[in-house]
Amino acid sequence: MSRQGYLYFAIMAALLIAVGFGQSWNVALGILNLCLISAVMSLGVNIQWGYAGLFNVGVMGFAALGGLTAVLISMPPVKDAWAVGGAGIGLSLLALIGTVIAVILVRRITPAFAKLWVTTITIVIGLFVIRIVYAPAVDRIEAINPAHTGYLGGLDLPIVFSWLVGGFVAAGAAWVIGKISLGLRADYLAIATLGISEIIIAILKYEEWLSRGVKNVTGLPRPVPYEVNLVQSDWFVSFASWFGVDTVDTASVFVKLCYAFLFLIVLGIIMWLSESALKSPWGRMMRAIRDNRDAANAMGKDVTRRHLQVFILGCAVCGIAGAMMTTLDGQLTPSSYIPLRYTFLIWVMVIIGGSGNNWGAVLGGFVIWFLWIEAEPLGNGLMQIITLPMDDGYWLKDHLIASAAYTRLIMMGAILLIVMRFAPKGLIPER
Amino acid sequence: MDILNALVLFANFVVIPATVYGAQLALGALGVTLIFGILRFANFAHGELMAFGAMITILMTWYLQGIGVSLGPLPTALLALPVGIVGAVIMVLLTDRMVYRFYRRTRANPIIMAIVSVGVMFVMAGLVRFVIGPNDQNFSDGVRFLIRAREFKQMTGLDEGLAIKLTQVITVVIAVLVVGILFWFLQKTRAGKAMRAYSDNEDLALLSGIDPDRVVMIAWMITAVLATIAGVLYGLDKSFKPFIYMQLLLPVFASAIVGGVGQPVGAILGGFVIAFSEVTITYAYKKFLTYLAPESWAPEGLVQLLSTDYKFAVSFIILVAVLLIRPTGIIRGKVI
Repeated sequence: MSRQGYLYFAIMAALLIAVGFGQSWNVALGILNLCLISAVMSLGVNIQWGYAGLFNVGVMGFAALGGLTAVLISMPPVKDAWAVGGAGIGLSLLALIGTVIAVILVRRITPAFAKLWVTTITIVIGLFVIRIVYAPAVDRIEAINPAHTGYLGGLDLPIVFSWLVGGFVAAGAAWVIGKISLGLRADYLAIATLGISEIIIAILKYEEWLSRGVKNVTGLPRPVPYEVNLVQSDWFVSFASWFGVDTVDTASVFVKLCYAFLFLIVLGIIMWLSESALKSPWGRMMRAIRDNRDAANAMGKDVTRRHLQVFILGCAVCGIAGAMMTTLDGQLTPSSYIPLRYTFLIWVMVIIGGSGNNWGAVLGGFVIWFLWIEAEPLGNGLMQIITLPMDDGYWLKDHLIASAAYTRLIMMGAILLIVMRFAPKGLIPER
Repeated sequence: MDILNALVLFANFVVIPATVYGAQLALGALGVTLIFGILRFANFAHGELMAFGAMITILMTWYLQGIGVSLGPLPTALLALPVGIVGAVIMVLLTDRMVYRFYRRTRANPIIMAIVSVGVMFVMAGLVRFVIGPNDQNFSDGVRFLIRAREFKQMTGLDEGLAIKLTQVITVVIAVLVVGILFWFLQKTRAGKAMRAYSDNEDLALLSGIDPDRVVMIAWMITAVLATIAGVLYGLDKSFKPFIYMQLLLPVFASAIVGGVGQPVGAILGGFVIAFSEVTITYAYKKFLTYLAPESWAPEGLVQLLSTDYKFAVSFIILVAVLLIRPTGIIRGKVI
């Protein structure tokens, strides 16, 4: 990393510390935690865009898959629901696999002219068969204590484990979508990923037996201590009184510090892996493919296969970040996933930071998340100043102050456009 | 009689809504496909452009309603539509001048243009939400129904009613008019021919003295007109909500690709293919089948292929199927 890079990171740290002194340490650490998660996500996108030039607009979907994994791994299983509906869900899963196999077999044996029709008919029959076992099972599961559970629950394993599994789940989805759309023109991958992410969110929202849908899963187990327990434990109370600080505030700062520590470890590991990958012959090959696809192809590199590989890796990192985010929130709220926040904002991070440079992607994650949060008070302040000459209760004044929050969308767009135009290499350019 | 009932039911819940939705999608996809054809990139800001044009129209409608102007039975929004179109045209010409022109001159990679359009999308989304807020806005007035379900039942003596909303008729009529004018323009006028030539082969068009800036300007203007009309019609028919326009991006893109990228006829075809499959696949056929089959055969479930929650999945699945079977689209489009 260049001297400039260190300077940027130092400024970033100073800004966070300033927030700590100015607003509160709770706010500062809250921002830091999401900065770290954003950094992991933008590393994932950077692997795809910076290394290989793939335009993935489905980050939201892969992050949501990670979030779903966090629920499925960590929540306790709902035994009653398993008893009434587990078999039905299992059977419909078998029926689904059966349908897929049937489609493949049928496509092998039918002549070319009838292929489309036979495939369609097989899929329709398969869907009906699945429905016969699936619908009643879902009804029975969702009827069990709908106010609290109404879903199958999870595996009751430590939630940190889900970070790894979340990566694998996202990688699986990426394999399917990459198989279909890589190798066609580049915009098609963008549109296909846009589509898959909407579908994943739809599944999370409406498959209540799986994720409780819009009723949300709350109270996920934590990998770190609870504030309530901390405040009651003797060592913590004596620790706080030794420093002469308020116990309750310190407890929440301490919990956030624990999260920050965990996230830092993950970020460090992924950073180390991606840096060594970039420096290895594999990384040089990827950049060669990105810079001149035809030449790389002529040198005997299997471009589509490499693209699929790098696409899967990037999506897996996004999935890990998604699982981490759900862990931090302690809940899964499918309706909160919107593309502007979870897909396009990540893209702004990568472009600002410097595509192709991992340190740049991390810096971009920090800078943009910081701005995204702090833009709200800034926008409010700006509107207060603009509306100062207006009378209280004047409709324009109320309107401007009420919609100040949306100035941050305009700001993000402006930042992206300005950087793309005047500094396309970003804050920390690729070496 | 039962067969008639079944047909009316099918028309009421499938054919009419799908035709209207298809017309809206086709207008949106025409804009996307024009930009694909002339500027050669996927314009992610298209959904927000629809929302922006619709927003200006809504503001103007409210103003007109405020001073007591109305079109009688027709929605006032039609009167305000030209203002919305002008607003959207100014918007796209400004963004082209300030943003896209630079990348066009440096002959940037289409993907770079697509990423730039994401920035434009952010700005437009922010503007729309800043001015009109993220909530539902109702701006349709005038007569709601052309034929009410009850009147239809009395008229024909059938059990099933057929309801046609005025906005649905307006949507189809306007879409037909706009598409007619667009095709006349593309086929018969000098500027239209220049556009087609430019889309077919840029270098050849430049050699024969076609002014690229002019072609691009006209393409943007047409796109803005189409997007505004599509946005307003969608808002009139359902309701205006900024978030929905972002979600419309996927079916609109799917229509453009399914039809064949850069092919105006394909965009229209794609729009209707997507709309009809979305509605037919998510429609529950239980009642329809009970009319046709003897009573004892009545199906137990809803006989619905896919729940309506997944209507976006349908456009995606069709998109994937087309990408796998015929990547160029129904009418052979470009694969750059």
